[in-house]
Amino acid sequence: MSSTTEKPLPVRSVPAQTRTRRFTLTPTVIVYVALVALLVVGSVLVGLQGGVLLDQAGLLNIFTRATALGLVAIGQTIVILTGSLDLSVAYLVGLTSLVAAETMAGQSGMIVPGVLLALAVAAVVGLVNGLVITVLKANAFIATLGVALILRGYLEQNYTGPAGDVPRTFQHLGYDRVGPVPVAALLMLGVAGACWWLLSRSRPGYHIYAVGGDVEVARLSGVHTRRTIVTAHVLCSVAAGMAGIYLASRLGSGAPYVGTDAGFDLESIAAVVLGGTLLAGGRGGIVGTIGGVFILATLDTVFDDLAVDPFFKDVVRGVVLITAVALYARGMVRRPR
Amino acid sequence: MTGTSVRLTGISKSFLGVPVLRGVDLELAPGEVHALMGENGAGKSTLLKVLAGVHRPDEGRVEIDGVAHTFAGPADAQRAGIGIIHQEFTLLPHRSVAENVHLGREPVRRLRVDRRRMVRETGELLEWLGEDGIDPTAAVSTLPVAQRQVVEIVKALATDATVLAMDEPTAALADHEVELLYDLVRRLRERGIAILYVSHRMREVFDLSDRITVLKDGAFVVCAPTAELTSEDLVRHMVGRDLSALYPDRARPEDLGETRLRITGGGNARVRDLDLQIRAGEIVGLAGLQGSGRSAVARAVFGVEPFTTGTVELDGVARRIAGPRGAVRHGIAFVTEDRKGEGLALRQSVRDNTLLVRRSALRGARSRVAADLTALLESVEVVARGEHQEVRFLSGGNQQKVVLAKWLAVDPKVLLVDEPTRGIDVGAKQTVHQLLRALAGRGVAILMISSELPELIGMSDRILVMHEGRPAGELPAGASEAAVVGLATGHGIGEVA
Repeated sequence: MSSTTEKPLPVRSVPAQTRTRRFTLTPTVIVYVALVALLVVGSVLVGLQGGVLLDQAGLLNIFTRATALGLVAIGQTIVILTGSLDLSVAYLVGLTSLVAAETMAGQSGMIVPGVLLALAVAAVVGLVNGLVITVLKANAFIATLGVALILRGYLEQNYTGPAGDVPRTFQHLGYDRVGPVPVAALLMLGVAGACWWLLSRSRPGYHIYAVGGDVEVARLSGVHTRRTIVTAHVLCSVAAGMAGIYLASRLGSGAPYVGTDAGFDLESIAAVVLGGTLLAGGRGGIVGTIGGVFILATLDTVFDDLAVDPFFKDVVRGVVLITAVALYARGMVRRPR
Repeated sequence: MTGTSVRLTGISKSFLGVPVLRGVDLELAPGEVHALMGENGAGKSTLLKVLAGVHRPDEGRVEIDGVAHTFAGPADAQRAGIGIIHQEFTLLPHRSVAENVHLGREPVRRLRVDRRRMVRETGELLEWLGEDGIDPTAAVSTLPVAQRQVVEIVKALATDATVLAMDEPTAALADHEVELLYDLVRRLRERGIAILYVSHRMREVFDLSDRITVLKDGAFVVCAPTAELTSEDLVRHMVGRDLSALYPDRARPEDLGETRLRITGGGNARVRDLDLQIRAGEIVGLAGLQGSGRSAVARAVFGVEPFTTGTVELDGVARRIAGPRGAVRHGIAFVTEDRKGEGLALRQSVRDNTLLVRRSALRGARSRVAADLTALLESVEVVARGEHQEVRFLSGGNQQKVVLAKWLAVDPKVLLVDEPTRGIDVGAKQTVHQLLRALAGRGVAILMISSELPELIGMSDRILVMHEGRPAGELPAGASEAAVVGLATGHGIGEVA
């Protein structure tokens, strides 16, 4: 086929991709558009019943709901981006709330040790999750489910109800606010910002996306895939630990089932997926997740204001979730492989 | 860049007690293209992975510029200046070119990844290669396959590689893209890079390489300058016997039966004005460049993206085929070009894969028949450890034979084959060719798509050439490559020849 060589080489004749970034309907954009739409529709619905959605109390409600779930979902985003999953977060939230509250035992001097110990416990659980997945090569779903069961066993054996005591000064974390925005919510957004930076600007972040995109490709490119997965799990658990500490400060004590009652395991995955992160990993990010968290928090607040039947509430949440994922999937289909 | 020489001596490697490499020697000089050949399972990829630091040899020495090295992992080999182009793309489609090129070695400045430097260095390398048409910030998924191959090479070069090992770099490329790769390989050679080139395609090896090393069953057979070898020598070294006639005899006129498949005015989003008849016992070749609608024809006939206009007749009866299920019911079989993605359930057994179509397409008792499984597998000459082995552990050639067995299990009338021998070794290739001809002999109408022109010309009783979604012309058996290329590039017969 020497006959074709004198023709211009197609590789070079293909025009370079234009550098201008066209505004496209990415999942992240969709989720914030949906959030705004939801706020508008919610305001109208609540308004029709004579209430106001976005008054001081309403905003406070939304932010408060978003804080704990937000922290857990931030961590969940990181593990899901690596192509993993963490089902142990809900029990871990309960456990860390207990560790923090029991260590503090009502003394202001023990606040720092309490927080540090709770975070350390969380980090260890994350380390175990990560090692079980990478070294024992257990599927992430099963590995973290197993760890969740172990945590549950421990909690059921040792606790029947709330335990420990958080000193007054530490309760400020849960209740102080700036205008309608709780300080804790700002801290959560700060954590989100830090994780966003980590994922999109730092080298470990690049490796998290690479491992989630294709483990084999990452490995052959010299990425420490195991280290990346373990790191992601430690970060996820620490984020869940922060949620546990925050909830201890709000409740005034630790509570074994504070995480599971709120369904943080599945709820956090829902928020991540709603935010446009691919459950298979490699695509998505924190910004979308925060949008997803606020959508779920706003939905809850609207339903509370409307005094809707809780079962109907779940139906709507289910529909929202499925619609979102279906929308994103359509977006993917249009792209060539 | 200064040249680097590599010397592997007495490399041995076993997996689970099975020897894969037995005392292999290999030498690479700077500015040399050294072809590594052998059948599937001869140990080429394993040798490559030893050089890449993926596998550690049980015995033998790896010397680079005369210094012995022991690689603990791919990163060590990278540091020693060895870059590998793996058989499958090792790119993340949703990340940018620059991000892919620096994957695992992102430059960091004040804690953060230095994106500007990544883009700049990628741009410089692309320019050095003369491929400055590629934007370092473009997502890899937006690039055509040929450009992805370039990115793959740049990724290897970005590690300051002075030795490049390419494992079947043309497996994913269409014919005209292969020419571009040749050009690139030559440019790399001029710049003093030592290239180890693994390929099944004879023509590539003769066009490109300076020396050839042949492996067989994990052992070193011969190393000689390319100029001193003929393709017959090479095949003999690889297979250990003569492959006298590369292609089976074509159908004689009296072998042909009634028209089994007739398409009149077929068209959809990718194909227009398609008229095509295939008679029982006939193999019709379908040629064309990548994207010319070649594969789209097969996909339309099989109902994946059905024709929206025109008529399809099977054995003289007009049929509407709305989906693959309907196609299978009407006796159409389709061996797709994507063996691993569309042809096989990789984690399932040979048995389950072979019976897949029968179980899904037939009804009642017939769907549960498995008594002829052994006979089926024997008829396609599958070599496996047993019917329960997962197909992902088979070689490419044996996988393809399982795909064929899967369709033979339902006795098709029309067989569509897309790139039936892509990425499989010479021996298996011949088996597939003979099988196809034998099937035609039993009255099956076969449409064969291939971007390997010698194969297409050698096998076909007639060749239909596609150009930009339409049939550009039909050529008789034994047409010249020039004629096919002429039609495929839209020039007409003989114009470019």
